[in-house]
Amino acid sequence: MSSATVTTPADPAEATASAGPAIVVENLRVSFAGREVVHGVSFSAEPGTCLAIVGESGSGKSVSARSLVGLAGPGAEVRADTLSVGGVDVRGLGERAWRRIRGDRVGFVLQDALVSLDPVRPVGREIAEALRVHGTVPRADRREKVLELLRSAAVPDPELRAAQRSGELSGGLRQRALIASALAADPEVVVADEPTTALDVTVQAQVLELLADLKRAGRTIVLISHDLSVVAHLADHVLVMADGRVVEEGAAETILTAPREPYTQALIQAVPGAGTRGRRLSPVPPVPLPDRGRGGAVAREDADPDGPPVLVARDLVKDFPLPDGSRLRAVDGVGFALRAGSTLGVVGESGSGKSTTARLALALEPADRGTVELRGQAWSGLAERHRRARRGAISVVSQDPLSSFDPRWDVERILLDAVGHAAYPTAAARRERVTDLVARVGLTPDLLARRPLTLSGGQRQRVAIARALAPDPDVVVLDEAVSALDVSVQAQILDLLVDLQQAFGLAYLFISHDLGVISHLSDHVLVMKDGRVVEEGHPEQIFTAPVDPYTRRLVASLRSLGAGAGAGRPADHRPDLERTTS
Amino acid sequence: MTTTIETSPPETVPARRPAGRTAGAATLVLAVAGLAPWLLAPGDPDAIDLAATLRAPSAQHWFGTDEIGRDLYTRIVHGTGQSLTIGLGAAGVALVLAVLLALTATLTPRPVAAAADRVIDVLFAFPTLLLALLLVSVLSPSPRTLVFAVGVGVAPGYARMVRAQLLGVRDSPYVEAATALGHRRRRIVARHVLPNALRPLVAVFALSVGQCVVWASSLSFLGLGVAPPASEWGALLEAGRSYVTVAGWLVVLPGLAIVALAVTATAVGRVLATRLEPGE
Amino acid sequence: MTRTSPETAVPDAPVGDGPTARSGAAARRWAGRVGSAVIVVWGAATAAFLAQIAQPGDRATAVLNLRTGQVQERSPDELAPINAEYGFDRSAPGQYLDYLGGLLRGELGTSYQQHRPVWDVISEQIAPTLALSVTALVLAWVLMLAWVLLTAGRGRVAAGWGSAVDSFLASMPQYWLGVVLLLGFAYGLGLFPVVGGSGPVALVLPALTLALPLAGFLAQSTRTEFERVLEQPFVLSARLRGSGDLAVRLRHVLRHAAFAPLTLTGWALGATISGAVIVETVFTRRGIGRTLVSAVESQDLPIVTGIVVLTAVVYVVINLVLDALYPLIDPRVTP
Repeated sequence: MSSATVTTPADPAEATASAGPAIVVENLRVSFAGREVVHGVSFSAEPGTCLAIVGESGSGKSVSARSLVGLAGPGAEVRADTLSVGGVDVRGLGERAWRRIRGDRVGFVLQDALVSLDPVRPVGREIAEALRVHGTVPRADRREKVLELLRSAAVPDPELRAAQRSGELSGGLRQRALIASALAADPEVVVADEPTTALDVTVQAQVLELLADLKRAGRTIVLISHDLSVVAHLADHVLVMADGRVVEEGAAETILTAPREPYTQALIQAVPGAGTRGRRLSPVPPVPLPDRGRGGAVAREDADPDGPPVLVARDLVKDFPLPDGSRLRAVDGVGFALRAGSTLGVVGESGSGKSTTARLALALEPADRGTVELRGQAWSGLAERHRRARRGAISVVSQDPLSSFDPRWDVERILLDAVGHAAYPTAAARRERVTDLVARVGLTPDLLARRPLTLSGGQRQRVAIARALAPDPDVVVLDEAVSALDVSVQAQILDLLVDLQQAFGLAYLFISHDLGVISHLSDHVLVMKDGRVVEEGHPEQIFTAPVDPYTRRLVASLRSLGAGAGAGRPADHRPDLERTTS
Repeated sequence: MTTTIETSPPETVPARRPAGRTAGAATLVLAVAGLAPWLLAPGDPDAIDLAATLRAPSAQHWFGTDEIGRDLYTRIVHGTGQSLTIGLGAAGVALVLAVLLALTATLTPRPVAAAADRVIDVLFAFPTLLLALLLVSVLSPSPRTLVFAVGVGVAPGYARMVRAQLLGVRDSPYVEAATALGHRRRRIVARHVLPNALRPLVAVFALSVGQCVVWASSLSFLGLGVAPPASEWGALLEAGRSYVTVAGWLVVLPGLAIVALAVTATAVGRVLATRLEPGE
Repeated sequence: MTRTSPETAVPDAPVGDGPTARSGAAARRWAGRVGSAVIVVWGAATAAFLAQIAQPGDRATAVLNLRTGQVQERSPDELAPINAEYGFDRSAPGQYLDYLGGLLRGELGTSYQQHRPVWDVISEQIAPTLALSVTALVLAWVLMLAWVLLTAGRGRVAAGWGSAVDSFLASMPQYWLGVVLLLGFAYGLGLFPVVGGSGPVALVLPALTLALPLAGFLAQSTRTEFERVLEQPFVLSARLRGSGDLAVRLRHVLRHAAFAPLTLTGWALGATISGAVIVETVFTRRGIGRTLVSAVESQDLPIVTGIVVLTAVVYVVINLVLDALYPLIDPRVTP
C-alpha cells in the first residue's frame, strides 16, 4: 500500500509545537482516482477531550481520521487548508516524516484486535515494535516497558499475556493489548476507529472505560463509530457525517438529546431497544399489501398467540470435536416453545451456542440429545428424505445473505427455486408468486434480473427474506439477520419483519447478540451463555429485574454504555439509546 | 439530505482489457497455423535444399534452415497442428481423469470417496515428468503414448484442484440454503455443486493445454515422444539437439514457439477465469 | 496439516485439557501423518509393480535381449534361469509380495540390462543429482522471495509485471531455458563450462535452469497470498504504529505468505529431481536423470520404478519434516 500523497494548496509554513488544539483540520478533501469522497470536512480537538465522528458505512469517517496519519488509503489524494497534529503542519510530509507522526504523535486503534494484531506473533512483540520503531526506550528496557503498558491498559498477568498471541486472548484482553500497542510511544492523540464494534457487550464497557481513563489523563481522543451509544459514553463533541460531509455537529449532549437535522433525528430514532417496541424505527412507510397472492395477503387462521406451539425444542445437546481431541459442548440442555405469530429472541455473546441452536432447530445439524418438533410432528432425528417435504414450513435468513445465494443466479431464479411446485403448479403461477414476494419485501421488479452481488446489503437481505417467505413457512429462523447492516437500513429491515409477521402470522426464532434488537422484537427472550439458557422471560422482566448474575452483568453494561457515566457527565435518561449495542 | 434510502452500487460492465485482446489475437494466429498452415507459410515443409543447409536466420529464411536445408519457419508453422492436437488431447485426458477422481472423492459414499482421496494423494507424490516417463517406459514411445503419458502426468495436480473446488461448493452456505429449502440432493448437485465447481475448468483447460504442450515437447526433446522427421515442435527440438553448438536456432526457435503457445494458453486461461467469475 | 480456526479457543486463562491430553492428541496426529506417508509409499510401490508386470511381451525375453543387445526368439532353456532369478515364474500376487518384501529390506530390484542391484546403480549416480536439486530449490526460493518482495503490492503496474513474469517463468520449458543459457553464457560469453565439469561453477547454469521455472511457479502462490496479507488489518496496524514498508513486509507479511509455497516444497523437490532428467541431458551431466532416460529408452523397468519409489520416499520424508516445521512459522498450526 502506498501512502497518500498530500498536496498543499496553501503556504506550507512549518508551525512549531505549542499549546492549543491537539488536532486542527480545516476543509479536508480526500479523493480516490479523481472521485472525491470527503468534501471539505473541518474539526478540531483540545487535549483532554474526546471528539466523536459518527456516521454509517461510506460516510467518510474512517478516511477522514486516517488522513491525520497519512494513510487515507492507496492512491488517496488529500487536500486541506489546515491539517495539523500537535501544532505540526502535516501537509506535504514525506513517508519518513509521516512515520514519525504515526504511533509517536498519533496512536491508532483499529476495530478488531483479532485481525488488527499479527495473529502469529506474541502481543508483547507487537507492542515492542512501536517502541523499536520510535526508539523511545532503550532495547534493554523494552520488555519492562511492554509489561508496564499492558498493566496500564488493565491487562492482568502481563508477563503471561505478553507471550501469548492475539488468538489466545479473549476479545476484551486483546483489544486492550491493541490499545497498549497504540500507546507505546506515548502519543498525545489517540484515534479509535470502531474500537468496540467486534466486542461482546460486557467487554465494550470495559474498553470504553479504558479510553475514558486516557482522556482524563490529558490525551486527545478521536472516536470513530457508527454507534451512538458508544459515543454517548465518551464524547464531548460530536460530528455526524454522511456521504463525506458533516451533517451536524455540536456538544454531545445536544446532538444526542436534541438533534436539529432530520438525518440525525432519523439516526437516533432508528436505534432499537426495549423502549421502541411497537414503534416504527424508520421513516419509510410500510409496504402496501398487494391484493393478489395465495397464502399471502391474509393473516393465517392459526396465528393465535395462545394456540399450540409451532416449534418445540426439548433438552437439546450438541458437542463438537476440537482439534486437540477434546469435545466442546456447544449446546447444553436448551429447550423452548415458539407459538404462531410470536417472536422468540435468543441473545448471547459469541460462542454462547445460539447459532448452533438455530441450526438444530432447522435440522441442518443433528442433535446429540433432545428433540425438535415442528407443528406437533417429529422434526429432529429423521432421515433427511422424510423431512424434505416439510422443509417449507421452516425457513432461514442468515447474517450474510450473499454467500447463501448461488453466485450464478439472478434474483428471479433464486426466488423461483424457492417457490414450491405443489402450491404453484404452473410456471406462470410461480412467476406471479415471485413478483408478489418481491413487492412484499419492498423491492422493485427491475431488481429481478440482477445478481445479488450487484445489490446493496439491505436489498440482499430483503431478497433473503423473500426467499424465506416463498414456501409459505410457519417459522422463520433469523440468525443475526440484521447484524451486518447499518443502523438506518437495520431499522427498515426490522420494520419489514414486524409488518410481515403481522400480515402472515409468522413465528420468528430471532438469534442475535444485540440486546437492543432482541428487546425491540421479542415476545419471549432466552439468554444463553456457554451453551446453556441462563435466564428466560418477557423482555421487560429480563431488563428490569434480571435474576441470573450473567444477565445482570449484561444489562448493567448496556446501561453504562447508554448512561455515559465514565465520561464524567451526569447520567441522564435516554430510552432510545439506553439498551443498544450493535 | 434526510434518510438514507438504500442505494445499489452501479452495475459494473466488464471492461475489455488489452491483455484479453492480445491473447485473443495470439489464439487466432495459432488456430490459423493449426488449421490452414499454408496461409502463413506457403512453402513445402519437407522441401530439401542441399545448397542451403544450416543457414542462420535471414530475410530469405526467417528462422534459418536445418541440416538438409529445410526452411525452419515453414516447418514450425506446419508442425503447429500436430503440437496443438497433442496438447489438446493430453489436456483432455488430464481433465477427464482429474474430474472423475475428484467427483469420486467428494460426492460418493464414504469408503469409496476415502479411497479416491488416497489415490489423488498418492498420485500427487509423483512429479509430472516422472509419471509420464514411467508410462512411456511401459508403453514404448509413440504419439499416442505421448498424449496419454502427459495427460496422466499432469492429472494429479488438477485432481487436487478440482477436489478443492468441489469441496468448497459442497460445503458452501448456498448449498446449505438449498437443503433448507427441502431440495433433493441430486437436484442440489446438478444445479449448484456441478455448475459452480466445474465452470472454472474451462479456464483451467486453456491453462493445461499450454502446460501439456511443454511437457510433451520435453519428452520429445529426450527422444521419447514424437520422432523426426515429423515437423511437430518436439520432434524439431530432438532433431535440432545434435546441432545446438553450430545452429542454436534449430532448438531455440521451435522452443520459442512452444513458449509462445504456453504463454498464450496461460493468458487465455487468465482472461477466461476473470470472465467466468460470477460477478462479471 | 491442520490450521485451527482463529475463532476457537479463546480462554482468558491458559486452560485447556492439560499437557497430557494435548500431547496425546499430538501423538495421534503424528501417527496419522506417518500412516499417510506409508500409504503414499505403498501406493507408489504398487504403481511401480503394476508398471513392471504391465510391460508388453515376455519379460525374460526382454531381459535377455537387453543383455545381449540382440532381439531374437529365446528357447525355454535359455529363459528358465532368468525366470528363476527375477521370480517371473511366480504368480503375480507372489511377485507383488516379493517386491514389497524386498522394498522393506531396502532392495529396489535388479536391473535388466546391467544385471546388478538397482540400488547400486542409483547410489552411484545420486550425489550429483541431489546437489543439483537442492541447489536449484534453494536458488528458486531466494529468487522467488526477492522478486515477490520487490513487486507484490506496489500498484497495478508492478503487480501486473510481477505476475506476468511469474507465469512466463513458470511456463518456460526447462530444455529451452537450458539451451538458451548454455548458448548465451557458456558458448557466447564463455563464462561457464560447456559440458560436464565439476565443482560449484559447473552447477550454476544447470541449477538456474531448474530454479527459474520453479521460482515462477512458487511465486504465483506466494504473490496471491502476499497481496491478500498486505490488505489485512494487522498490516495497517503496523503501519499506523510507524513501521516502514520494508519492515512491514519482512516482519509481518512474509511469514504469512511463505506458508503456501512451503507446503509445495516436498512436491517441488520431487519436481527438481525429475527435472534433472532434462537438465542433465542438456548439460551432459552425470546423474540419476540420465540413468533414468537410458533406462526408459531400453525399457529397463526396475531402474525406472526404483527411481519412482525413491522419489516418493523423498516426498513423504520432506513433507513430514515440513509438518514439524509449520508450527514454528505459524504457531496456530497444531503440531
